[in-house]
Amino acid sequence: MNWRYLVPLGLFLVLAGFLGFGLNLNPREVPSPLIDKPAPAFRAALLADPAKSLTQADLKGKVWILNVWASWCAPCREEHPLWVAYARNSPVPIYGLNYKDTAKAGQAWLQQLGNPYAESLTDPEGRIGIDYGVYGVPETFIIDRAGVVRYKHIGPVTPEALRDKIDPLVKRLANG
Amino acid sequence: MVERLLILLAALLLALPAAAKEAETVATDPALEARMMVLAVELRCLVCQNQTIADSHADLAVDLRNQIRDMIAKGQTDDQIRQYMTDRYGDFVLYKPPFKPATALLWVGPPTLLVGALAALFLMLRRRMRASPDDFDPETQIPADGASDVSQAGSAR
Repeated sequence: MNWRYLVPLGLFLVLAGFLGFGLNLNPREVPSPLIDKPAPAFRAALLADPAKSLTQADLKGKVWILNVWASWCAPCREEHPLWVAYARNSPVPIYGLNYKDTAKAGQAWLQQLGNPYAESLTDPEGRIGIDYGVYGVPETFIIDRAGVVRYKHIGPVTPEALRDKIDPLVKRLANG
Repeated sequence: MVERLLILLAALLLALPAAAKEAETVATDPALEARMMVLAVELRCLVCQNQTIADSHADLAVDLRNQIRDMIAKGQTDDQIRQYMTDRYGDFVLYKPPFKPATALLWVGPPTLLVGALAALFLMLRRRMRASPDDFDPETQIPADGASDVSQAGSAR
């Protein structure tokens, strides 16, 4: 047997390896340039009371989760029960960002499905969303005491992602 | 005269849908709009990743086109606008990513493969040219037992 016949096979295996690796990547998960950068500044009216507003500076000094959601977003509905359950034992507050939604629809949604959020900020024009690089609602950010973005999850959180990634990081930041 | 008026009226009516479509784009200044489009075709829409912000009808693309218009109106340069986008969405948003360590393979890989393949082809062809003509004689390639197989098949018939 001539070893040369094995060359195409070897090349094929290398190619198949690369293609297989590529198939298992999720093209929707684009690494965020915000990781380890300060959370972008915002001033947002609260969904519960539009007369009041909150800025990212108000949240400095505590670890918080920012969950971007909207009443028109079907995957948000899918992940919502997980947040409702997580909020019961969460060591840190969860803030919602009601993205490109109306106050009425957002409030009705929370009334119907439960409200895991310490507060929901409103972003009717999607301007805060652009600053946070939001492109696929729901998205979730973890921000540390210094106001630095430490983690971003794109798309609905799964029980596994919550248990294996988000919860350990939140606990580590909250205790650290 | 009446005919002319009718033609004018028809032209105006035809222009109506176009005007209605223009209304959704906020810009009134064609130069600004043109500059926005030049930038928008370089930027990837992250919602539908194989489209540019100029092509896409996704809400995010519409918002980003408006953002670009605002920034141009505020007198920002093209580089500042590109920087604004990459600060938020990463290099992935650029259809032409910058050359840096993380993207070196992306830029250098295809030319390297091409040069490698051409070099291999050249070497192989040169070796063939130098080989003696006997190497290409098909009869010397077929092993002796292979030849006997053929004769057996012939005798069995």
